Amino acid sequence: MSKAEIFEKLNVIFRDVFDDEALTVTETTTAGDVDGWDSLTHITLLATVEDEFGIKFSMKAVQHLANVGELAELIAEGLQ
Amino acid sequence: MQDRFTPPFSGELLAKYKKIRRELLAGDTPFLDKRVAILGGSTTHNVRQALDLFLLHHGIRCAFYESEYNQYWQDAMFPNPALEDFHPDIIYLHTSNRNIARYPLLSDSPEAVDAMLEEEYGRFEAMWDRLGETYACPVIQNNFEYPDWRLLGNRDASDVHGRVNFITRLNLRFARYAGTHKNFYLNDINYLSASFGLERWSDPFFWHMYKYALSLPAIPYLAQSVANIIKSLYGKNKKALALDLDNTLWGGVVGDDGPENLQVGQETPMGQVYSEFQSYLKAHKQLGVLLNVVSKNEPENALAGLSRPDMTITPDDLILLKANWEPKSQNLLDMSRELSLLPESFVFVDDNPAEREIVRQQVPGAAAPELGDRPEGFIRAIDRMGYFEVTELSADDAARTEMYRQNAARSRLESAFEDYGAYLRSLEMRGEIRPFAPLYYARIAQLTNKSNQFNLTTRRFTRAEIQAMAEDGRFVTLYGKLWDKFGDNGVVSVVIGERGEEGLDVRLWLMSCRVLKRDMEYAMMDCLVRRCRALGIRTIRGYYYPTAKNGMVRDFYAKQGFTRLSEAPDGSTVWRLETEGYEEKNHVIAVEPAEEEENRP
Repeated sequence: MSKAEIFEKLNVIFRDVFDDEALTVTETTTAGDVDGWDSLTHITLLATVEDEFGIKFSMKAVQHLANVGELAELIAEGLQ
Repeated sequence: MQDRFTPPFSGELLAKYKKIRRELLAGDTPFLDKRVAILGGSTTHNVRQALDLFLLHHGIRCAFYESEYNQYWQDAMFPNPALEDFHPDIIYLHTSNRNIARYPLLSDSPEAVDAMLEEEYGRFEAMWDRLGETYACPVIQNNFEYPDWRLLGNRDASDVHGRVNFITRLNLRFARYAGTHKNFYLNDINYLSASFGLERWSDPFFWHMYKYALSLPAIPYLAQSVANIIKSLYGKNKKALALDLDNTLWGGVVGDDGPENLQVGQETPMGQVYSEFQSYLKAHKQLGVLLNVVSKNEPENALAGLSRPDMTITPDDLILLKANWEPKSQNLLDMSRELSLLPESFVFVDDNPAEREIVRQQVPGAAAPELGDRPEGFIRAIDRMGYFEVTELSADDAARTEMYRQNAARSRLESAFEDYGAYLRSLEMRGEIRPFAPLYYARIAQLTNKSNQFNLTTRRFTRAEIQAMAEDGRFVTLYGKLWDKFGDNGVVSVVIGERGEEGLDVRLWLMSCRVLKRDMEYAMMDCLVRRCRALGIRTIRGYYYPTAKNGMVRDFYAKQGFTRLSEAPDGSTVWRLETEGYEEKNHVIAVEPAEEEENRP
């Protein structure tokens, strides 16, 4: 799966979880940029990403995610 | 049709919470408004959301109070203006084995372990007592899931020092309290986590990341369970079963195969499956659930099947037995009137997806669970839904309100029943009606030997005879295949006509009962007439020869617009139709034109 495809899927997930049809995320998007991205929605987001991509995150990997770009990186690794 | 609220649950219940909530709220049925306090020993955010959705699904719209993280005990035990002002209708204590403060050490004496057990249990009991006194509302309490690891291995279960043993004893104490106190209900997460898979339920990722005592994928199962208790408390349990017979209670079609050839009883594995399913359904009588049958059958055939000596469900177990050829939705509505139950009180159990669909469309609120295509999975498909969740009987006041509501809903329904044609159109049926083709010779021969009910002449043919007629220009042959939006029904109808001096004599006309009342017989007649016209045949003669099983087609030719020529003392009739002026009757099945039709000799 290419980066572009990952982001395409990620955008659908973000729109669902944050209930915002206009939302588009990029490599540099952080929690501060998205309305409602708090610690509680973060876990829903991670669980949905796992579900949709069919991968399982380790705690170590998701502990210090700085932005969506790093999340996409992690997904790409998980898919390999 | 996979419904969101039928397991296995997908992640979208959590991911699309807000969107799904809006959709549920947009419905026009009135909601029951309630107030639910969730006192958690772990994070409850997604638990609250999922519970919200399941309750809305049951027509209960809730305001929620959530304790601060792990403040369940403090919230319950101390004066709490916020919770008191909230005036909860329900209090749900969402605790888990993460909230067990102390477990035995191997060095503890058995007496010390007993004391520890009393201390752990006592904390909970004090809380329940106080909640009961202060809020006087139903309290729902999780019991405990098994521990994630076992220091003693298998001995963990038998040794008083083992965590498995300790949790089992705690759960029994919880159960004893539930058995002796009104307004207190256990939510059995011990069973839920086992059924879901303990390892996936207690995924430590979710605990350590956000202090969820259960994994996110498990939360919908927890919410379904709690919502089932709550909807049961508010009188929203189902009250009656409406059961199909053929291929649901037994394997086979009693009208075609005869009662002696049904798959049921202890002789074969498949028979055992159906018998076990019957035992499961029959057990519901103990709960006061009404057992009824709704079957497309001649009444005497249905009774003959149910009267087999090895049948688990017998006619005596049934309140109503509807065996006829009317739409099942109509039968269900009739039943609900006769039993003075709401249509939504019924669980309709039928292996046929098309029958389930018409019931869903026309009987508002009635449940028509997806059974799957494996009879050995039927029990689980029904049981996992919690239709008859047992709590207490609701108070008299609640019952009285409910009764008035039922009466109003009933009269509303009677005037709103929509037409059958709309249902047929919604099935999006496609037909293929063509002269016999080699690919289908075997199936056609099989049908002529199997079909007894929708069969005008009951003539049996071998595959070779079918082939001979297909290749003989004196015969006009048609097979009919039918698709609907649920899939391919295969070859379901067969017609054989023989050309003579006076036109075409219909030697065979049959149809499989699984497509009754779909207008397939009209589509077949339309095609037969078209074909006759193309061949210059002006008259069609039809014959009906009565048997013990084909009473349902006695008036078949009259319905098709034929004129009766004669009737013999044995009930045999002869009919005639002029192909000129025939008006086509099928408007619901799209039939693909058969290009080779015009080119045949």
